[in-house]
Amino acid sequence: MADLQKLYDAVLNGDQKTAVAVTQEALAEGFDPMELITKHMVPAMDEVGRRFECEEYFVPELLLSARAMKGALELLRPLLAASGAEPVGRVVIGTVKGDLHDIGKNLVASMLEGGGFEVIDLGADVAPERFIEAVREKNARIVALSALLTVTMPSMRKTIEALEQAGVRSDVKVMVGGAPVTAQFAAEIGADGYGENATAAVALARKFAQAG
Amino acid sequence: MGRLEEWIAGGVVITDGAWGTRLQELGLEPGALPDAWNLERPDRVEQVAREYVEAGSEVILTNTFRSNRITLAGAGLEGRAAEINAAGVAISRRAAAGRARVAASIGPSGKMLMAGEVTPAELHAAFLEQAGALAAAGADALLIETMSDLEEARIALSAARTTGLPVIVSFAFDTGRNRDRTMMGVTPEQAAAEMAAGGADAVGANCGAGIDRFVPLCARMRAVCSLPLWIKANAGLPEWRDGRAFYSAAPGDFAAYLAPLKEAGAAFVGGCCGTTPAFIRALAAARESL
Repeated sequence: MADLQKLYDAVLNGDQKTAVAVTQEALAEGFDPMELITKHMVPAMDEVGRRFECEEYFVPELLLSARAMKGALELLRPLLAASGAEPVGRVVIGTVKGDLHDIGKNLVASMLEGGGFEVIDLGADVAPERFIEAVREKNARIVALSALLTVTMPSMRKTIEALEQAGVRSDVKVMVGGAPVTAQFAAEIGADGYGENATAAVALARKFAQAG
Repeated sequence: MGRLEEWIAGGVVITDGAWGTRLQELGLEPGALPDAWNLERPDRVEQVAREYVEAGSEVILTNTFRSNRITLAGAGLEGRAAEINAAGVAISRRAAAGRARVAASIGPSGKMLMAGEVTPAELHAAFLEQAGALAAAGADALLIETMSDLEEARIALSAARTTGLPVIVSFAFDTGRNRDRTMMGVTPEQAAAEMAAGGADAVGANCGAGIDRFVPLCARMRAVCSLPLWIKANAGLPEWRDGRAFYSAAPGDFAAYLAPLKEAGAAFVGGCCGTTPAFIRALAAARESL
């Protein structure tokens, strides 16, 4: 009998090997894939987020937990797709034009995947047109923009303006983040939300997905 | 006796302030790689360096923060790493003209080791190449700065030490309610102890927070190691007006922290984001009245 507490612990402790092994065992025993995610893995990621907020966990721990979650999800995704289950939401993410930094963006992308989102990662130095294309092609409802440099933050505004001009702005929620970005700046450029860190970004994306 | 003993024999040493923002005022495109200007606009880079020497900097850095081949690859310049680093040192040495020493800047790769974005061997090779080029061009010391990951800092330190130059390692404590952890969760105690054990000639903190936060950081590093401490603080936190960043601290307020920093063990003091030659003049004046 698969011990599902172990799945929760493995995600919380960033132990990918155990997370994958317990998931395999549970699937062999006929557990519902969706239930493994919602009852065991997502609560573990929530606890990871709580520990991050309390400064018990830092970026390395987030990365390890996201990796454990991802390993288990890779086993579950084909089964979910076959049963017609949709992801929590689709997010197009990228670092804006002129900015080559991708550490923060990659971290948010991993955490979103860990949170059950389908993530379309466009990389760094992404032109506004590429965000528009991806939103249209993938039918994404959330756009996440990252910038590390104060000097590339205006590219966030330009990307939002381009979404507007392309007529897709009202179809998506735009969230922004990155070291120099503030809630004030997010409001000023007309973004729908600001994530102070990777776990806040996941919470925000969930809010958008539920509202949508 | 440490190898930087002679540098600090006369008391607290004033270093320099921010370069990137000044280079933008001189025409560097927002988002463009500042280091490329070592080849394209050496005159303008030298102007920034000279402004700091004239303001009273006794140690200036080089415009080579992003000049490791991993970061340069983002701009397609990885094949020119040696050239860009050598030019950066030559520019700073010309500006210093014997009036200031040159600590050559080595920044992080921008890739995360533990996420598998880069391997330890790739990092070591990139830092070895950069450190070698900086040393060959005549840098007086190497400064590994704005580090967040202990492992990457260790790798950079071991690469830099092969040059035989003094090596300073500085971390960015920008995370947590008290801004006393790096993004990767490293504490000032861990950073100082690990770098001392790894053979660093000085350790320190730069960027991340306003100068008030650096007094406790300094004291905490001093508690676990006896190396000279290197401090470069931001001019407060950025505020946004009309899409531009403004830093809140005034030069005089900034320089008022020189005495408490010295008290807490700082041997080198300068500025990071948002600071200008006016901040360096204020620090130099404050030192006169220590």
